Amino acid sequence: MSLRSTRPGSVRRLAPVAVGLVLAVGISACGGTTRDSSAGDTSGSTGAAAATANPDAPIREGLKIAFLPKQLNNPYSDIEAGGGQTAVTELKGDYKLVGPNDASASSQVSYINTLIQQQQDVIGIAANDPNAVCPSLNQARDAGIKVVAFDSDAAKQCRDVFVNQATTQGIGETLVKMTHDLTGGQGDIAILSATPNATNQNAWIAVVQEELKKPENAGMKLVATVYGNDDDQKSFQEAQGLLQTYPNLKAIVSPTTVGIAATARYVSSSSYKGKVAVTGLGTPNQMREFVKDGTVSQFALWNPADIGYLAGYAGAALASGQITGKQGETFTAGKLGKYTIGADGEIVLGPPTVFNAQNIDQFNF
Amino acid sequence: MSSPDLSPRRLLGRLTSWDAAIIGVLILFVIIASFTVDNFASSRNFSFLVLDLAPIALMALPMTLIIVTGEIDLSVASTLGLASAVMGAMWEGGLPIETIIPVCVLLGAVLGAVNGTFVTVFGLPSLAVTIGTLALYRGLAFVVLGDRAVAEFPASYTDLVTGRIGDTGIPLLLIPLVVLGLVFAVVLHVTPFGRSLFAIGANAEAARFSGTRVTRVKFWLYVVSGAVAALAGVLWTLRYSSARADNGTGLELAVVAAVLLGGVSIFGGRGTLWGVIAGALLLTSLQNALRLADVSNEALSVVTGLLLIVSVLAPNLASNSHAALRRRRRPDPPPPASPNPDPAPSPTPAVRSS
Repeated sequence: MSLRSTRPGSVRRLAPVAVGLVLAVGISACGGTTRDSSAGDTSGSTGAAAATANPDAPIREGLKIAFLPKQLNNPYSDIEAGGGQTAVTELKGDYKLVGPNDASASSQVSYINTLIQQQQDVIGIAANDPNAVCPSLNQARDAGIKVVAFDSDAAKQCRDVFVNQATTQGIGETLVKMTHDLTGGQGDIAILSATPNATNQNAWIAVVQEELKKPENAGMKLVATVYGNDDDQKSFQEAQGLLQTYPNLKAIVSPTTVGIAATARYVSSSSYKGKVAVTGLGTPNQMREFVKDGTVSQFALWNPADIGYLAGYAGAALASGQITGKQGETFTAGKLGKYTIGADGEIVLGPPTVFNAQNIDQFNF
Repeated sequence: MSSPDLSPRRLLGRLTSWDAAIIGVLILFVIIASFTVDNFASSRNFSFLVLDLAPIALMALPMTLIIVTGEIDLSVASTLGLASAVMGAMWEGGLPIETIIPVCVLLGAVLGAVNGTFVTVFGLPSLAVTIGTLALYRGLAFVVLGDRAVAEFPASYTDLVTGRIGDTGIPLLLIPLVVLGLVFAVVLHVTPFGRSLFAIGANAEAARFSGTRVTRVKFWLYVVSGAVAALAGVLWTLRYSSARADNGTGLELAVVAAVLLGGVSIFGGRGTLWGVIAGALLLTSLQNALRLADVSNEALSVVTGLLLIVSVLAPNLASNSHAALRRRRRPDPPPPASPNPDPAPSPTPAVRSS
């Protein structure tokens, strides 16, 4: 291989090209399409037909309902889709599950296109990128397909409804209620969170702090908030540190699945077991052994199967004309009962499920 | 770089047959799929297919030229991602899109020049260099935009990318694709420059001695490859209306697969552009049809992988058996014809690396 560099001649010949490009850039920089000038220019097709809802319309049989989770072969996604399958089976519909192996935004688009071609009636999607799937979802809606976002919302102008697993308020309230039950409403408590700038966790902690100001919770005092960075080792050490620093601690609340498992593991093997309560958000499979050995008596999480189940029923209600996605419309979602559509087409699943020694064996996720 | 000891005419004969085979397989496949897969032969599906094809086919054009010279550029998908991330950051910063697009393409050219410099000036193997920049450019993309996505690109531009010509169902995107395809085909197969690429791939030393500026040619090929990859990044961003650092992750495999499937030798020196276009079309329409037929994603990956192996294996097996056969018939083949400026014959019968 030669070590000769490019010749000066090539540089000379390149110069006009470079100058031309720079000029072009410079000229176009004065006046052009910018983010500000094009505001409101992004809506594109709206898709939704201006139909009116008929709350008494029967659910059509044989509806083709397809689920497109963030990623296939992910245990959490599989349970969500499984809930959807239960709903579609109950509704005598035709269930289908497709999805990419990587949780990337663009790979979902190819699947949406395929579902349009297959003329499905409903697409249930957990969007990897709220905007990247938008043009395709609107094409689907133009083709008469109803779009239900679940778990992770798509931009709201490209789906009919969104099934939200839980509201920030609902999670914060549940965390405080569990802590109240476990401490008898008295004593020092601490929070072990994910990272200092984790959006979800910070929103929940803000609600917790508001709830603690209420008179019935006045006996509980939040003495510290520490961060385990959603790293098992770090969370374990932070839990250890909390218990050494605050000997009067009555409860550790961890609103993250990594944090609660690490805290429970430390407490279960320490002298604090049975004296300091551990609660927060965790998955039943992770927490089962700590519930069985008495370290943890209550923790919470939304039930992923119910998210898919509700999405299945919402999709069928849309395709049958029971609802159109407007605020205030209601429909019945099988075993979960009656739901009302909120602002921006949001359907909230409800407060998170609280797990304890009695019910934990009914859940496998 | 070793070259097969075959006369140029024979070489030409066989690669025509491989290209013909791929084009034949493509036509056969499209006909079968049209009859057996519901909704495959529809104008809407055609436009989806072109949208999926565009980034792969675009990057496959310069990749063909690079692989013909015996090198490779694995950083194309990361260049696409970095261009997309930079595009998002600049759009967020309030720059006009008419500025952003040329800047991104220019950036791609610079990224390609970095590859080209390492390969030609420092003489490093292109496989190692571009694996390095594959990671480097993707990393930079995450530095620029992190996990965020920038959206809300102007509808006037996104509609251009996803739109169709009138009511025909022919996507607008097909126009630049066809134009660029023709340009690259002419450059590779008609111009002396194109012939010099085959000469470099067949034997770089010989090409250099016969007057080809090997390093300069290779350098500019990388620059073009970077610029085209960045253009693909711009189109990708507008198509999905979402600038992300992880856009196009892993796409380099599809690009290389399309090129090899199209009959370009991974060892350089032979291949045609129409074969590559047929390869890219075969790859995307196969995936499209399998997805429509509800074939699982795992099976899809397996099929793509097998296709890639077959496309590398088949021409080699064919050439080996061909050569063996020829040796038996004519134990002492006459030396190749005159030392013409075309694919320069190797001075010594090189042993084929497998």
